[in-house]
Amino acid sequence: MSEKEIKSDEDWDLIITPRKKWWDLQLRDVWHYRDLIGLFVRRDFVSRYKQTILGPLWFIIQPLLTSVVFTVIFGNIAKLPTDGLPQMLFYMSGNIMWGYFSTCLTSTSTTFTANAHLFGKVYFPRLVMPVSIVISDLITFAIQFMFFLAYLLFFYLRGTEVGLTAWAFALPLLLVLMAGLGLGFGIIISSMTTKYRDLQYLVGFGVGLWMYGTPVIYPVSSIPEKWRWVADFNPVTPIIETFRKGFLGAGDASWLRLAYSAGFMLVVMLIGILVFNRVEKTFIDTV
Amino acid sequence: MKNVISVEHLTKQYDLGVIGTGTLSRDLNRWWARVRKQPDPYTRIGRQDPFARIGESILALDDVSFTVQQGEALGIIGRNGAGKSTLLKILSRVTAPTKGVVKVKGRIGSLLEVGTGFHPELTGRENVYLNGAILGMKKAEVTRKFDEIVAFSGVEKFIDTPVKRYSSGMYVRLAFAVAAHLDPEILIVDEVLAVGDAEFQKKCLGKMGDVAGEGRTVLFVSHNMGAIQRLCKNSIWLQYGSVRNCGDSSSMVDEYLHSSTISTKIEPSTYPKKEYQTIWVKQVEMYCNGLPTNIMRYGEELSFSIDFECSSRISKPGIGLAIKNDKDEIIINVNNRYQISPKFPQEIIEGKINVHLGQVPLMSGLYSIIVWLGMDPLSDHYRIDDAFTFEVLEYDAWGNGWVPTRNLSRFWWKTDFEFLDSESIDDLVS
Repeated sequence: MSEKEIKSDEDWDLIITPRKKWWDLQLRDVWHYRDLIGLFVRRDFVSRYKQTILGPLWFIIQPLLTSVVFTVIFGNIAKLPTDGLPQMLFYMSGNIMWGYFSTCLTSTSTTFTANAHLFGKVYFPRLVMPVSIVISDLITFAIQFMFFLAYLLFFYLRGTEVGLTAWAFALPLLLVLMAGLGLGFGIIISSMTTKYRDLQYLVGFGVGLWMYGTPVIYPVSSIPEKWRWVADFNPVTPIIETFRKGFLGAGDASWLRLAYSAGFMLVVMLIGILVFNRVEKTFIDTV
Repeated sequence: MKNVISVEHLTKQYDLGVIGTGTLSRDLNRWWARVRKQPDPYTRIGRQDPFARIGESILALDDVSFTVQQGEALGIIGRNGAGKSTLLKILSRVTAPTKGVVKVKGRIGSLLEVGTGFHPELTGRENVYLNGAILGMKKAEVTRKFDEIVAFSGVEKFIDTPVKRYSSGMYVRLAFAVAAHLDPEILIVDEVLAVGDAEFQKKCLGKMGDVAGEGRTVLFVSHNMGAIQRLCKNSIWLQYGSVRNCGDSSSMVDEYLHSSTISTKIEPSTYPKKEYQTIWVKQVEMYCNGLPTNIMRYGEELSFSIDFECSSRISKPGIGLAIKNDKDEIIINVNNRYQISPKFPQEIIEGKINVHLGQVPLMSGLYSIIVWLGMDPLSDHYRIDDAFTFEVLEYDAWGNGWVPTRNLSRFWWKTDFEFLDSESIDDLVS
């Protein structure tokens, strides 16, 4: 090779170096692979329904049964208040919203360990995987949400007063916040589980506890003043409360609180993506 | 010609042994044990794996530099553990280097495995799209090439059947078809040709030849020296993580195959004496065509030499030797118990036995031998498992460009075929 042929760095399409710049989020790369995200979502959808007798019904049965149990235990036995709302509707609204968040978190938290084989053989931006998971979970949520609306309609036709408010239009924003929080926490955990597998057990347990710290089975208005800060600190609280305000007419909705959740989400996402991108380069050597 | 890949001082270091225990609770336990000055509860007892030394590391790649020109088909050869796979992993961005830079021009398509990401529940059609996208193709691109892919794979009839119902051959064919139509500027291939039947392998090699012929660049790692010679003009020979030599493929392959027979690195296996033994093996060596080695080229004369010592003088020890394949099946077994074998001229306490097996038509692969040794042919024998491990390489033994591959059979005999027409048979009879 003669001197003339030596090129400047700009001529190369790809430069592989030991460490990438830590501030490079590589979102452009993920966008480039958007078709793959779509196909992963499709794969998850198809593989979930094939060879199940009840198919999508499973997604309805689960929140329905949980809501029935909550109604019996927390509503009838413990007699927790529900902001004056019908108990089933109250619990179901909390369940499906929280359900979306917790599945996003738990399913993205295994990104590295569950896909080690695939990641070890071929390169694509690893972030494609958790993003596609969050979108797949959105389909589950959509099915549950339809069921919730049908149930709402049933109550309405029976003459119960249903308080739909303008906050209902905030639903897309609420979903983005939920997905972002779940994804952010999920990929942070998945990055840590490449070194410590037992964090995986902590996730299920931790998410379970977190639910009790979130107004899923009780309204914010019932929290004693001295514990109010816990609910205020929890970024999931405003999302669930706003959802209830929108579709059931009772809840503690405010833009300020949603802005807090959004800020929280952005920070968690940013940290998550940075950590994730750092781990993705060499995790295959340690997994 | 312009360079499309430039590898500069590439180094990859792997830390050996268990650095973390893998779980937080165990790491905490270990820390607590250290605080109380107790032994590490997670040390493996009685394990003397030379690769499990905690805190040490090996260089899988050590300051490797080379360039690849556009349209070049470059072979990468070397023994297991020479760093070939690590190099490919870095080039395909599965893992990052420890030091050094790789600069690439154009899209890389890497085939470290066939059918990565295939999902059994999805149909052939869906998997073509999914696999294509995983390999970096756009949906529109797959759609454009879809008919071609399906035609190449030959599974048209079953394209809407879930791939879990495919035979493994169909599965591989479909998977390779997707990869073959990836059309990257640079194609990286790792030993995928080890799958499928001979016919399909030929098709794959042909396709790769086409790719190289179209002015695209191919990097090809294989143990199949015949394929390397046919496909790649130039080759790089890796040894112990660094570039041993590079240049014209046929001379590289020759040099590489030769080096293994003259290398001074080959050490005989040695064994310590055990208390209860009356006769014991001191060392085992392997010879091919008379040269010490641990690699045999298909078609060479194979022999083993066993040095032994005994506690009392003997004149005729019993010796048995078996060759096992990598599935642990004994495929050859010899013993002097069953045949008239020579004696030592006088009674000895220490000696050497050469076992000449002749031309053993073993196919390529890893083999090991078991040695039995006794005071006389009829006494109890002491047994050493895996007394020597060796590798057989594919080799064009007859110089006609045809290399026997292991999926044909376990052995491949050089055979004399006698062709007789009816007239000459009549002549013989009369």
